Amino acid sequence: MDFVTRGFQGRPRGRDDRLPPGQYLTGDFPVLSAGPTSNVDHDEFELWVATEDGTRHTWSWAELMALPAETVTVDIHCVTSWSKLDTEWRGVSLDTLLADVETAADFAMVHSYGGYTTNLPLEDLLDGQAWVAYGYDGDDLRPEHGGPARLLVPHLYFWKSAKWVRGIELMLEDSPGFWEQLGYHDYGDPWREQRYQGD
Amino acid sequence: MTIPDGPGPTAAYDGNLMAGPLSELFALDVTVAVVRCRGCGADAEVATLRVYGPEPGLVGRCPGCDDVLVRVVRTPDAVWLDLGGVTSLQVPAPKR
Ligand SMILES: [Zn+2]
Repeated sequence: MDFVTRGFQGRPRGRDDRLPPGQYLTGDFPVLSAGPTSNVDHDEFELWVATEDGTRHTWSWAELMALPAETVTVDIHCVTSWSKLDTEWRGVSLDTLLADVETAADFAMVHSYGGYTTNLPLEDLLDGQAWVAYGYDGDDLRPEHGGPARLLVPHLYFWKSAKWVRGIELMLEDSPGFWEQLGYHDYGDPWREQRYQGD
Repeated sequence: MTIPDGPGPTAAYDGNLMAGPLSELFALDVTVAVVRCRGCGADAEVATLRVYGPEPGLVGRCPGCDDVLVRVVRTPDAVWLDLGGVTSLQVPAPKR
């Protein structure tokens, strides 16, 4: 039994507290794909951010690598019910990428190599909640897990953490992405079990 | 630039995996239906699609160009179907 007293800031929560409703723990890292694994060379890689007025900001792989990076340890939750605790990623905070981007947008559509898309409120990408991740567990992020770079938004179901990220389109109005068009929840908060539309 | 692994070698399934959820929608075996790809114009029997999934949903891709042709999601209380990648769905029917 766990007699650890909680109630002051900073104490890590126990494993049970870290598992959202309807989820089970896995030590594996299952691969879910809606298409073939994209193999994107660093030479060809370009990350873009487009604002609602059409302004485009781009980063080559070298430019992305030159940005300040963070190593973060987070729990991830897949809508197919697995959760994985204490995953370690390295990447660039969206706060850094979007620092010089002027926008009035409230929403973002994230685009992947291979055509996948997912939509999020812009505020969920800011304030230390999202990264463009290119490292996993001390290594380069492998293609089957979304390398060379993927979005990482651990507080939402993992389909929002688009693999093979290539661009972020900032939008004034919300618009559904690949799975959000087809029955999945628009927001996808694992703690409110927002798996499907109407949840 | 994206280099697909050739059309479909990483697809774990073919279109027969779609028979189950699609049978809840259609009163016929839709795996023998022929879909025409909006991207490349090729015809393909649903059973021959390169299918990814089954979770979070089934994604059937064109055996010719790998575009998404058919998507099916089974939520707890509904079946969602997207045929946006096809221009037509042709189903064998009794002669009249
Ligand atoms: Zn095609």
